[in-house]
Amino acid sequence: MARNATPMKPKPPKPVKRPAGARVANTTLRDRFDAWRLHHRDSAVDAIRRMRQTMVSTVMTVLVIAIALALPAGLSVLLGNVRSLTENWDGNVHLSVFLKDDVTEASQRRIAGEWQQRDDIERVEVVTREQALEEYKTLSGFGDVLDALPDNPLPPLIIVYPASSDADELTQLKVSLGDQPNVDQAVLDIEWVRRLHAMLAVGERVVSALMLALALAVILVVVNSIRLAIESRREEIVVVKIVGGTDGFVRRPFLYTGFWFGLFGGLAAVILVQSTLLWLSGPVNRLSALYNSEFSLTGLGWETLLTLPVFAGVLGLMGAWLAVSRHLKDIEPQAF
Amino acid sequence: MIHFDNVSKRYANGKEALSNVSFRLPPGELTFLTGHSGAGKSTLLKLLMMIERPSSGDIMVEGENINHLGTRDIPWLRRKIGMVHQSHHLLFDRTVYDNVALPLIIAGYKPADIGKRVRAALDKVGLLDKERLNPITLSGGEQQRVGIARAVVNKPPLLLADEPTGNLDPELSAEIMDLFEEFASVGVSVIVATHDLSLIARYNHRLLTLREGELIADREEDGDGA
Repeated sequence: MARNATPMKPKPPKPVKRPAGARVANTTLRDRFDAWRLHHRDSAVDAIRRMRQTMVSTVMTVLVIAIALALPAGLSVLLGNVRSLTENWDGNVHLSVFLKDDVTEASQRRIAGEWQQRDDIERVEVVTREQALEEYKTLSGFGDVLDALPDNPLPPLIIVYPASSDADELTQLKVSLGDQPNVDQAVLDIEWVRRLHAMLAVGERVVSALMLALALAVILVVVNSIRLAIESRREEIVVVKIVGGTDGFVRRPFLYTGFWFGLFGGLAAVILVQSTLLWLSGPVNRLSALYNSEFSLTGLGWETLLTLPVFAGVLGLMGAWLAVSRHLKDIEPQAF
Repeated sequence: MIHFDNVSKRYANGKEALSNVSFRLPPGELTFLTGHSGAGKSTLLKLLMMIERPSSGDIMVEGENINHLGTRDIPWLRRKIGMVHQSHHLLFDRTVYDNVALPLIIAGYKPADIGKRVRAALDKVGLLDKERLNPITLSGGEQQRVGIARAVVNKPPLLLADEPTGNLDPELSAEIMDLFEEFASVGVSVIVATHDLSLIARYNHRLLTLREGELIADREEDGDGA
């Protein structure tokens, strides 16, 4: 296009930028951020204040949450204890080889010495008939009864610690020792521990499922509490919406309320579990002392102590979010 | 300022609450909006507040077509509109001061600023000495004035009043009307929706009359030359 084909048109006048909202007092971004922060703080504090105003229902809600969380947490602590109690046994695989009754102590020690040389055996431990009787007397408490017997009913025993804990090799070793001429019976002490562990695994699954179901219950409890809170503040929500409150502004106090419900419920659950364990630890220690065991109950780990309340807080937040998104829409200014 | 262009509103039940309503309100004018109940007053106010959206037609507020606003923009539109209700809509769990401060807190004013503005608004409606009281202890006229203070505290360009004098005796009504005229005189567009014909008769202001959803009369202010 030729340069001068069109005469220079005067530029259209720039649209005069009206001083937007000259009379609407504006706020800077910085002010809004500060206000946003301030509103978070105020909402958090106000939520607690309101929860205190309705103390009875707050305490009930928190307790329901606490119990729902304490149940799976407590069960998993108990399962963990049983597992740790039997873990040592698992690492301590051994065979109890009972010799025939007529084997003398000398030949018992000779047999043990021979076995000690085998490659598939790490070490052996000799328990003579006298030692077995002594031990049985102390542990069983049937000392008097045993004294009354004419002779020692217990067979000579060699405890065999295998070199490998592989299931196949263990079975092989058991069969090979059981076939020896002086051996009455070889018993692998590990089998019931294995079964117990399988049962524990089932138990842990059950606890996980329970945890899931009860986490859902916590969410539902919070949904219900927040629904009631929303209902009781209907008028306030209407006013806030009329004067231009955003959905976030309206939501915020309820989300904090849900979070606090969860957090306090989680803290109460931790206290519940720990105090129950404390209450159990006396009898458990006495029981374990009777079995000559060093075992004592382990409580919730530090991680769980911290994560359970936070986890519960998140559940509360989720519940509040559900309730708020479900019910706030229904509340619109209508009164004209 | 406000411009209705062929606005119609048909509700889901088929009832046409507004039919082809057009009018233009310049800034700084006080306008009465009247009509029997069911004539469409409420619908018109709801459209302005974006509680409802028009079925057809355009509504301009401050040069902006509010049909183009999304749901997320509604709060910002409402901050430009001060709303006064017959039923006050005051919150009785907090003081007069906190009621009036609410729009400022929502809009994100600095705390120091909030104090100044709330007191200025309360001073305007003559309730500066009542800021620490709970509004439930105030008379009907005083409650209405708290509502007005809350509506104007962030200096909105538009003030909507829905039956603002509904529960008040003539003397208090006059006080309220004086306040509205004052706001109009500093450039605020004021719409007073009322079916109180004696109130309308006492003041010489523009009057929009709705009947069955149609704008049947548009009385200009006398001597306005329009």
